[in-house]
Amino acid sequence: MDINTLRGIATILAIAGFSAVCYWAFSKKNTKAFKDASMLPFADDENDQPPNDSKTEELKNNE
Amino acid sequence: MNNTSSPDQLTYNYKVVRQFAFMTVVWGIIGMSVGVIIASQLLFPELNYGPFHFGRLRPLHTNAVIFAFGGSALFATSYYVVQRTCQARLAFEGLVKFTFWGWQVMIVLAIITLLMGMTSAKEYAELEWPIDILITLVWGSYLVVFIGTIMRRKSAHIYVGNWFYLAFIITIAVLHVVNSAFTPVTLFKSYSAYSGTRDAMIQWWYGHNAVGFFLTAGFLGMMYYFVPKQANRPVYSYRLSIVHFWALISVYMWAGGHHLHYSTLPDWAQTAGMVMSLILLAPSWGGMINGMMTLSGAWHKLRTDPILRFLVLSLSFYGMSTFEGPMMAIKTVNALSHNTDWTIGHVHAGALGWVAMISIGSLYHMIPVLWGTKAMYSTKLINVHFWLATTGTVLYIVAMWINGLMQGFFWRAFDEYGTLKYEFVESVENSGFGYAMRAIGGFVFLTGMLIMLYNVCMTIKQSKEEKQTESLESKTA
Repeated sequence: MDINTLRGIATILAIAGFSAVCYWAFSKKNTKAFKDASMLPFADDENDQPPNDSKTEELKNNE
Repeated sequence: MNNTSSPDQLTYNYKVVRQFAFMTVVWGIIGMSVGVIIASQLLFPELNYGPFHFGRLRPLHTNAVIFAFGGSALFATSYYVVQRTCQARLAFEGLVKFTFWGWQVMIVLAIITLLMGMTSAKEYAELEWPIDILITLVWGSYLVVFIGTIMRRKSAHIYVGNWFYLAFIITIAVLHVVNSAFTPVTLFKSYSAYSGTRDAMIQWWYGHNAVGFFLTAGFLGMMYYFVPKQANRPVYSYRLSIVHFWALISVYMWAGGHHLHYSTLPDWAQTAGMVMSLILLAPSWGGMINGMMTLSGAWHKLRTDPILRFLVLSLSFYGMSTFEGPMMAIKTVNALSHNTDWTIGHVHAGALGWVAMISIGSLYHMIPVLWGTKAMYSTKLINVHFWLATTGTVLYIVAMWINGLMQGFFWRAFDEYGTLKYEFVESVENSGFGYAMRAIGGFVFLTGMLIMLYNVCMTIKQSKEEKQTESLESKTA
């Protein structure tokens, strides 16, 4: 096989891989799962208010 | 450090985190002190004394700051983050203890052998083969503990910070084992399993991924926990974190070739290294933007919270050095910057600005929790530390830019007959000012670390006193 064919295939595979990751990251059905995951740093502390709800409030307070 | 009676919540193993956290500060001070010494030696050559000369102290400095200071910070924060985001206690108690003591023994052995002049002469992998085997054992245990803890998690998801930590642990295992492959001659001497250009290529595949995974992916894991936590809001975009994670770890692997521009490395491999380094700008900035934007709407907190300031400034330096890096990887730019002090400046923009500052910020966040007290002993001193660290880093980088550009232009200046215009020694003579400025910058940064040690010790003392009063009160009541 010509080395350039291999290079071409590698490029296509890289594009396909990156597209797959993007599709997975942005697909609608994962939205909730990612939102839950992003809250994990706050899961173990009762002292921390759940920041997601206060986010908008805080924005208002700053204005 | 036998604080067994302190505020361990039943589930978490904080003891090992406390040990690593405290040693991070200690090794930081030792490693950076050696840095200040070798910076002064370049300025005053008469400071080279016996075995304490630049040639032996320089690898000691790099090993101490990367593996002792940075390594301890990574162990401490990864053990802390994985427990708290998985809500599970660290798996395999015995292995956890082994990782701490094994790592400390490794560092002490490194100090002794490097000062004795024992080295395998591979940059950032100088340690001789018996120590390499110890590192492999410790690292294998680390991997087992980390995966074991993730498997104990209560949540369905693995938090993105842990992805970064896991990628860092796995990749470092692979890099270390492949690059350190050796043929032993005696107990203290071995030769690389590779030779010539191949050896160089494997060395810089290792070397650059040590930067990419040890000093970047690991510390991004830190960033993804401590920035949201300190700002008290979730990360700006979890989706972005996923995309830039996969992009970062798959592209970093190929960038090492830029360390060998204009060498005997095949041209295509040099060009591939350059192109991959340029692509790296995107995933690197993905992480930087994600961290920065986590603060949107909470910027006012920077006014009052020096810990958050440390974290955010570290992200700025991360963004800056991951822009500078790809630029320096361009072959024509590299023709100017290669072998000059510019490279040293670039490394320290990352090492002081990004790695050290994000670690310092994370430690200030973590230490009150670990020792069960409300806050650090003095917020004012954190603020003083912040400004010392910032001043020191900026002085350092600017000094090296000045020197680097001067050296690069001196070395490639020709006169009208086509011969070199300057002798090499002329570039050395002109480096004095920059070396002085760099030594001062390093010293200022080190001073900040000493203040941190004082603050940490006082915080520990304060927590002990609080506990005594508590127990007295409960007795009298």
